[in-house]
Amino acid sequence: MTEIFQPEVDRRTLLRRAAAVGLLATPAVGMLSACVGGGSDDDKASDKPKGTVSATNPLGIKEDEPLEIIIFNGGLGTKYATDVDIPSYNKLFPNSKVTFNQTEEIATVVQPRFTAGSPPDMINNSGSKLMDQGALVQAGQVQDLTDLYAAPSVDIAGKTVKDTLIPGTVEQGTFNGKPYVLNYAFTVFGLWYSGKLFKDNGWTVPTTWADFTALLGKMKAKGITPYGYAGANAPYYQYTVILASAAKIGGADILKNIDNLEDGAWKNDAVKQAAAAWAEVGAKFSNKAFLGLKHTEVQLQQNQYKVGLYPSGSWLENEQAKDTPEGFDYQLMPLPSVTTADKLPVTALYAAAGEQYFVASKGKNPRGGMEFLRHMLSKAGAVGFTQLTKTLTVVAGATDGMEISPGLTSGNKALSAAGADTFSFRFDTWYKKLDDELRAATNELMYQGGTADKFCDRMQKAADAIKKDSSIEKFKR
Amino acid sequence: MKHGRYPFIIGFLIVPVAIYGTFVVAAYLQAFQLSFTNWRGFSPDVNYIGFDNFTKLFHDNVFWKAIQHHILLLIFLPLLTIILALFFAFLLNVGGGSKGGRTRGVWGSKVYRVVFFFPQLLALALVAVIFARVYSPDESGLINGLLHQFGGDPILFLADKNLALWSILAVLVWQAVGFYVVLFSAGMGSIPTEIYEAAALDGATRGTLFFKVTLPLLWNTLQVAWVYLGIAAFDAFALVNVMSVDRGGPDGATTVLGLEIFRNMQDYAQFGYASAMGVVLFFLTITFAALTLRVTRRDAVEL
Repeated sequence: MTEIFQPEVDRRTLLRRAAAVGLLATPAVGMLSACVGGGSDDDKASDKPKGTVSATNPLGIKEDEPLEIIIFNGGLGTKYATDVDIPSYNKLFPNSKVTFNQTEEIATVVQPRFTAGSPPDMINNSGSKLMDQGALVQAGQVQDLTDLYAAPSVDIAGKTVKDTLIPGTVEQGTFNGKPYVLNYAFTVFGLWYSGKLFKDNGWTVPTTWADFTALLGKMKAKGITPYGYAGANAPYYQYTVILASAAKIGGADILKNIDNLEDGAWKNDAVKQAAAAWAEVGAKFSNKAFLGLKHTEVQLQQNQYKVGLYPSGSWLENEQAKDTPEGFDYQLMPLPSVTTADKLPVTALYAAAGEQYFVASKGKNPRGGMEFLRHMLSKAGAVGFTQLTKTLTVVAGATDGMEISPGLTSGNKALSAAGADTFSFRFDTWYKKLDDELRAATNELMYQGGTADKFCDRMQKAADAIKKDSSIEKFKR
Repeated sequence: MKHGRYPFIIGFLIVPVAIYGTFVVAAYLQAFQLSFTNWRGFSPDVNYIGFDNFTKLFHDNVFWKAIQHHILLLIFLPLLTIILALFFAFLLNVGGGSKGGRTRGVWGSKVYRVVFFFPQLLALALVAVIFARVYSPDESGLINGLLHQFGGDPILFLADKNLALWSILAVLVWQAVGFYVVLFSAGMGSIPTEIYEAAALDGATRGTLFFKVTLPLLWNTLQVAWVYLGIAAFDAFALVNVMSVDRGGPDGATTVLGLEIFRNMQDYAQFGYASAMGVVLFFLTITFAALTLRVTRRDAVEL
């Protein structure tokens, strides 16, 4: 041992080691970039139809050209692609060989391929390691889907693909005027509870804030944590609730102004009122220890009847499928009205198309990628997806009248009760930095003794900083 | 055989050097190159923007927060680890007094030596997951479960702004101590027993033995330990990424440069900016290593 540490030797070795160890993080960046300046794009003009356009081939794909797709393997699984969509595509184009890949880390697998100039044709950009969609659009890597939306539906006669979708779907994937991304899964957001727990205790769904806090009080008296979300990795769920309340108080334009980075958007009274109302819930009816928990831990506690209400999207039921006890009966309640003078009715809901699918414009077969999306948007594709994932799609009314699961039915009911009063925001995908700041601010508000004023000031400051930053591309809706 | 020596050595080195050159040196160089661009990672073309990334970095609060955390780690990680490791190593080697002219460790020291080394064998990610359970804020956590049994209020180790970084520091120390116990033990083993004997004859207590004999003769080893631990303090990425609330939280209370590099690259697709941070980290580490070696330079005691 001693001879290794002879003074003269160790000083040099050390410096070398220092350079090697200290830089562990640096090469990570360099590695990914190893192909910069490599494959230049030689504009293959692959955007134009290569095959003959016909009634069964409206996008004019070349019938024997292979297609490569990659699906994020998360809460929704990949079975819908392998068992429903690929067979549907191959039924029309038996000679086009489909290469199917799945990954839990989209960016890790796909990002280097964009840099190298050989991306897969159709990509499901999702999960915690998703790629920045705005940056992809900015780099000209995403195919304009206008032709897809104008093409006829695969199995809904007499309608174009666009006609079959829930209104707002195309807009949800539009970046500065062009439809680049298909948001396929339709998510309803609200407070989830166990139908059984409510029935056993004779509790009813509150519509006013006073009834709501009274219910939370009853739960607390029973020894149940009335309300909670996971601060460690899911403050996103809670901020969706806060902003949804703000939209109900002051109208959906509140969210539009936030998305568009309008001056003072965060300091609006509606945002302040919503933040104050929820801060009170956090202080009185939750458990500060949840700040250190992950979403799966809190969700499990709800399955064990230890948590009363949990804010989440309609993917929750499927995500918890294996931990949910018999008879739990997932139910959704829309957010109760905070004031008696809310602009939107109590039935109004946060509902949005999510789960991004896009076609690479510089891939080998962009037309084929669009054709694949056309099959996902067929009625059969939508029904298969909903059956396998218990998640609605953007294909309007595809599963109407089908009994699939209690949570799905409850979400569907809430959605039809809401009618036109649905709203959503988009800043979280446009400006990830703002999303991160809001997560931290929400944790502070709910669990660390923050106030509504501090919350609004902090978010306004973050939004203003992004507005000023010229390196970030801005979007409008 | 002498004439064949260089081709022989080169024959052995060419492959590793080529691999090192491609995957390490070239990657460093490219990180330097990218730090002067606004590359976002999705196109083959890059635009040069001069020192803009570095100016932005200078005004970035999160960056300074990360630097503060590194400074804290830089002070306390080596200090705590070395003190603990020295204490244990002393007990294991000298602490048992001397018998028949040989110094010995406390009873069972051979077993302890192995046990202390165990944490070193666990992958860092595993350590992080285990300690996330130890620190868990509800009664399913090891510590809070015990507190709950005795009716105490839970301690929010990772969810409390003021505790979070210290909780992570404790894990870093826990993981590192074993290795340095072994390192210092080896160093102590090489100190001739006659010196201890002579000192003991002169009536030196255990404390005097430690401060007047062991410590000076271990100086080189200590210096090495300090530099290694200092460099580890510039990392800490794995633990923070896995353990901390809201990745680097709560509210940025545990973030480190490695995590910010990763976040800017992965989440914000700001590869140029992330590279600039990497470059800063490079110079910080190099400066630290050079400084430490300068400041702690002392004439080695020849044995």
